[in-house]
Amino acid sequence: MTPLKSKLGLSKPKIDRARELAAEITAPVQEFIDTHTTVTIERATLRLLGADGANDDGVPVPNLIAAQCGAKLSGGAAAFYLNALLKLDKKPAELNKEIEKGLNICEIPLTDAKRIQKKAEEIIKGLDARIAGNVTHRNAQLKLSKDKIKSPMIYVIVATGNIYEDVKQAQAAAHQGADIIAVIRTTGQSLLDYVPYGATTEGFGGTYATQENFRIMRKALDETGEKEGRYVRLVNYCSGLCMPEIAAMGALERLDMMLNDSMYGILFRDINMYRTLTDQFFSRMINTAADIIINTGEDNYLTTSDAVEKAHTVLASQFLNERFAAGAGMPARLMGLGHAFEINPELKNGFLYEYAQALMAREIFPEHPLKYMPPTKFMTGDVFKGLAMNTLFNFVSKATGQGIHLLGMLTEAIHTPYLQDRHLAIDNALYVHNTMADFMDEIEFKKDGVMARRARQVLDETVEMLEEVKRHGLFTAIETGMFAEIKRPRDGGKGFDGVYEKAAGYYNPVEAYLKKKLKVGK
Amino acid sequence: MFIKPYGDTSNDGAVQLSFTLPVKNCGRAKEAARLYVQKLGFQKVDVVHAAALSEDFTFFVAYGKTDVSLDYDKVEYAEAVDKYMSMDEVNEFIKTHFKRKLVIVGACTGTDAHTVGIDAIMNMKGYNHHFGLERYPMIEALNMGSQVPNEKILAKAKELKADAVLVSQIVTQKDVHIKNLTELIELAEAEKMRGKTLLVMGGPRVNNKLAKELGYDAGFGAGTYAEHVATFVVKKLYERMTTRK
Ligand code: B12
Repeated sequence: MTPLKSKLGLSKPKIDRARELAAEITAPVQEFIDTHTTVTIERATLRLLGADGANDDGVPVPNLIAAQCGAKLSGGAAAFYLNALLKLDKKPAELNKEIEKGLNICEIPLTDAKRIQKKAEEIIKGLDARIAGNVTHRNAQLKLSKDKIKSPMIYVIVATGNIYEDVKQAQAAAHQGADIIAVIRTTGQSLLDYVPYGATTEGFGGTYATQENFRIMRKALDETGEKEGRYVRLVNYCSGLCMPEIAAMGALERLDMMLNDSMYGILFRDINMYRTLTDQFFSRMINTAADIIINTGEDNYLTTSDAVEKAHTVLASQFLNERFAAGAGMPARLMGLGHAFEINPELKNGFLYEYAQALMAREIFPEHPLKYMPPTKFMTGDVFKGLAMNTLFNFVSKATGQGIHLLGMLTEAIHTPYLQDRHLAIDNALYVHNTMADFMDEIEFKKDGVMARRARQVLDETVEMLEEVKRHGLFTAIETGMFAEIKRPRDGGKGFDGVYEKAAGYYNPVEAYLKKKLKVGK
Repeated sequence: MFIKPYGDTSNDGAVQLSFTLPVKNCGRAKEAARLYVQKLGFQKVDVVHAAALSEDFTFFVAYGKTDVSLDYDKVEYAEAVDKYMSMDEVNEFIKTHFKRKLVIVGACTGTDAHTVGIDAIMNMKGYNHHFGLERYPMIEALNMGSQVPNEKILAKAKELKADAVLVSQIVTQKDVHIKNLTELIELAEAEKMRGKTLLVMGGPRVNNKLAKELGYDAGFGAGTYAEHVATFVVKKLYERMTTRK
């Protein structure tokens, strides 16, 4: 899969320079991250220690505790939960019930710090075993189905709004050959500052991400996987205001991939930048600990920007996402960096530019399971033309050895996919990927041809852009609209009030565990 | 004039269909598909393709011929505007007839976060080499972005004494757009803005007919450019101005 030498003649020093710049850009941001926590990081911590459930009004237990803590969150919420377990001599499930009924655990006087730490160690031992068990199980299943998983892996979405309908569609898609199923979240979930509880059957354009829904879909895909003799991966969205909590739920319920971007929430959901940047770090540590592949969201830039003019913003963002992920201890094999086939189909030679961009990404990120997104913006009600565009997309994906191949739907411009839309898409991909199985090894490009020149130009522009981002700093770069041509003020957006400077003596045993396990920080 | 679909020869009524039935793929399923298409009113039904989507679902492609015809003369549909002006013509028109800049406020409202459509109409850059309203010298355009509550866009329109309000709705699943568009009309009614400020809606799954039904002055679908909306706005405002005199 990894090309030995650059077919596009990309300059190694330039690529190295881009990486160096990305490290310099993210360093001051990481300093901020290290000294801050957020309300959802605290809730994620509580979840990993056992907090779960919701009261009669649907307020989740982690949120109830966070509200009880108030400003004390800056010292960490974990101690209160652990203390309550000790003092009341209860198991987490029992304590959760009391909290649902109204028990305020922040009012219970804190016992000796050593006892709290000992309790933390006991719980974290169980947590570590659960996550490790998930990883072992997944790896064993993947090994068994090794020859049946395709390259690139075929990824489709389900989005009915009803988890039980999602199951039907997901199982059908897996039967047809999909390797990966993503359950799209309902409109607006990313802006909820809590994770809903329980199984859900009502959503717009997607289904609520809840721990119970994760469990239901996991079980269904395991069943289908067994029948097909092929492990089917499950994906959800670890983004929005509850990014780390969803990462925690995914780690517990053996999700295999998570959408997770360092800037998407800021740009496309108007979430405060300090909040998202801090949250992405904690989430990515959880993802890494659970061996979950992340999918970054660079493809979205090309919906608000032109894919030819702003191609370099995608590459620049890939470098930043790579660096931020590495800072959270994540190895390259878990970094599904995103990009997309979004050039206007009317542009002459547009296909060559797409091909060049995809191959360039492959060559620059050789070990990363690149996530390649299909045409969406220029899809129209002409479903027949749409199918043709998807065929070319399938071609480029196979010809450049992409890792994760999100299938285009012929009805992209109309509705979330029908059962048959997925079938047509999978059929198309299987056909293209088989008929050109060894094409990538056969082909080389003219040294100074259209594609090589295009790739070099995009890399040059990327280095220029990163130089500029470095000059201004990432916060200002986002404020001035350098990514996706969307401007976000640093103190604006949602969730800013949930960012806390860590108090002296901040206590978070889950964070400490993750950092130690992943060898993150000093 | 009575019309029927044209496949291979005039009035053969040939139609292509594709659909899924919740049954296992087998001979009986194919026969069921044929009978089903027949029940829809088609004759000479041919199920040309059947594929299993899972153990419980089968996808079909079928052809059939229909006897149903339609009197085209009785079909009513009015485009928002018959003939469009260019950007320059719109500007000239405003200069000549209004002698002031027109104010237009727009947004993608409700929970809808899609900005690209309203940006295509309003932003400087425009779309597909058609400049947006911000570029029009005689138009003061304010694009409020996405997820804008209905109250907020109307309040802004009042504050700026807007001549027209542009509303974009992209998400249509479960008819969320109908609810949201109706709410805006009711608010505008309460604020006594209807009949004064032009209310224009747009998006890929809406059209002028739906707009009229919901109480808007016009509606625009896929493939709209700024000059289309601008032409409608200036002509309609001019019409109102002259008939009021
Ligand atoms: C880009 C995109 C996004 C981007 C939006 C980025 C942004 N800042 O805008 C992101 C990734 C954020 C996104 C999110 C979602 N999306 Co989306 N998205 C699209 C996509 C691919 C392209 C839309 C687009 O930009 N088109 C290009 C523009 C120029 O075209 P247009 O919008 O039709 O606008 C033209 C005309 O309609 C008209 N027009 C539009 N508005 C107005 C207004 C006026 C006044 C006038 C005169 C004219 C006018 O003029 C424009 C120029 O010609 C479409 C699929 C598609 N190809 O249509 C899905 C699509 C619209 N999305 C969809 C969905 C479901 C969602 C989500 C709910 C998914 C989820 N579960 O999270 C979320 C919604 C979030 C929310 N709260 O709204 C569905 C909607 C289905 C439906 N019919 O309801 C679609 C069709 C995809 C699909 N098949 O599922 N999406």
